[in-house]
Amino acid sequence: MTAATGNVHASPSGPLTGDDVARIRQDFPVLDQLINGKPLVYLDNAATTQKPRPVIDAISNYYLHNNSNVHRGVHTLSQRATDDYEAGREAVRRFINAPSADEIIYVRGTTEGLNLVASSYGRKFFSAGDEVIITGMEHHSNIVPWQILGKEIGIRLRVIPFSNQGELLMDEYESMLNEHTRLVSVVHQSNALGTINPVTSIVELAHARGIPVMIDAAQSIPHLPVDVQAMGADFLTFSGHKMYGPTGIGVLWGRADLLNEMPPYQSGGEMIRSVTYDETIYNVIPHKFEAGTPDIAGAIGLGAAVEYLEAIGMDRIAAYEQALMRYGAERLAEIEGVRLIGTAENRGGILSFYMECAHAHDIGTILDAQGIAVRTGHHCAQPVMARYEVPATVRASLSFYNTTEEIDALIEGIDRVIEVFG
Amino acid sequence: MASDLSDLYQEILLEHNRRPRNFRTLEDATHHADGFNPLCGDEISLQLRVDEETVGDVGFQGHGCAISRASASLLTQAVKGGSTSDAMAMFDEFHRMLTEPDAELDYDLLGDLEMLAGVIAYPTRIKCAILAWHTLKAAMDGEGVATTE
Repeated sequence: MTAATGNVHASPSGPLTGDDVARIRQDFPVLDQLINGKPLVYLDNAATTQKPRPVIDAISNYYLHNNSNVHRGVHTLSQRATDDYEAGREAVRRFINAPSADEIIYVRGTTEGLNLVASSYGRKFFSAGDEVIITGMEHHSNIVPWQILGKEIGIRLRVIPFSNQGELLMDEYESMLNEHTRLVSVVHQSNALGTINPVTSIVELAHARGIPVMIDAAQSIPHLPVDVQAMGADFLTFSGHKMYGPTGIGVLWGRADLLNEMPPYQSGGEMIRSVTYDETIYNVIPHKFEAGTPDIAGAIGLGAAVEYLEAIGMDRIAAYEQALMRYGAERLAEIEGVRLIGTAENRGGILSFYMECAHAHDIGTILDAQGIAVRTGHHCAQPVMARYEVPATVRASLSFYNTTEEIDALIEGIDRVIEVFG
Repeated sequence: MASDLSDLYQEILLEHNRRPRNFRTLEDATHHADGFNPLCGDEISLQLRVDEETVGDVGFQGHGCAISRASASLLTQAVKGGSTSDAMAMFDEFHRMLTEPDAELDYDLLGDLEMLAGVIAYPTRIKCAILAWHTLKAAMDGEGVATTE
């Protein structure tokens, strides 16, 4: 597997400096371009992050030199492909501090991870009258699978409310836990608000009643150290493409004892141990949940992304992005008519805002004309928009490759919006 | 590369956004439809009073971006007092204006709708401009709901 060594990124320790970030930016070829005549300012990292050269190289290296199916052939290419595919799994295990690589299941992304648990764990262990608790700041992907299950088998969805700042009301959560609760499924970092939820406390309260907890880590894993054992979670899922890896690959981690009890999610090749017309014996985890030829290049690219992040260091990434977010929040607060949505004390690099004078889509178009890429809309979190009584927000979401100069460009872009609409 | 922003956000379009025409609920509507753009959450509710084959009155409510709001406002002005078949002909011409770069257009028919011609340079915004027209067609066809998806 192509390691993230030999490329020009950060100095090995201490806070990330401006020079470090300048070198890191050289690892991301896509950042070096003009959009509408202006340097690209990419602030849509919560939608997807850009890919560093080691990730791109790992994928192309696989197709150039090792392309073959995994876990099948006895020939050399198949062995190389299998080794690299499984090395990606081990890299992910190490990255989230999972006890065993067998607990790392490759999926297409966070959405599939959530659907797998709803479909396999939910159908086996839930029955009418049972309850699943989520938060009021979930992405639609952690709402809809439970609703579908609710219609099918009659489970009830309970929603933890949050304050105006965007902080969960933990007393309300505690009072929701009862003998009907079968699962707590919560977002670690909100994609619409940036709130980092107190998952350790959420887990403690649930476990005190013997209730398992699933964490949607799609937005946290690219930005914070995530340790599933320290967190105490039972399931955790995330996407490769939001953590500098390719699209089409993600991970569901689950405790082995739970995964072993769960029925397969899809069926076909790879997930079986033996098949006759009378009986099929399923393979062991993780293969039981990986039917069909997997996204081999994706898994290899994800492994390279993990190594890239490890080489910089998640603590340093978190500290740098935190400082950048605080700077952005201060600059936005100086502008009259801009309302920041999501001001939780503990939050990540999300600047979600609303302007009275202009609709989010018009703001997005005006910013794009200046080379600035932001997300506009409801961010697949319509209940959050409803909570704040806004139809849509503009969301600037940060990465360690962003700079204070880029925040300044965003602020100038907003000044232009006010010129047009004010 | 997108064209100059001032081609898109012309002053008269911004003025329709600030003060949309016929932004009200009709008491005596004969047709109505709700339009949604699921991508961005824009919503419009359009009502018509059709007398014989003539659009006697038209009103709209809802929320959305400047392009969708100004487009709805311009639509109400364009179709009010005309025939329903003229309204559909305008829709076709408007659609061609936004989707066919070198189309020969009937500018007499388009009238003030021409001020939205700049939207063609912004492919992601065409649905914003066209939502009101899909909603009008749904109302006339008795379908009740239109979406841009």
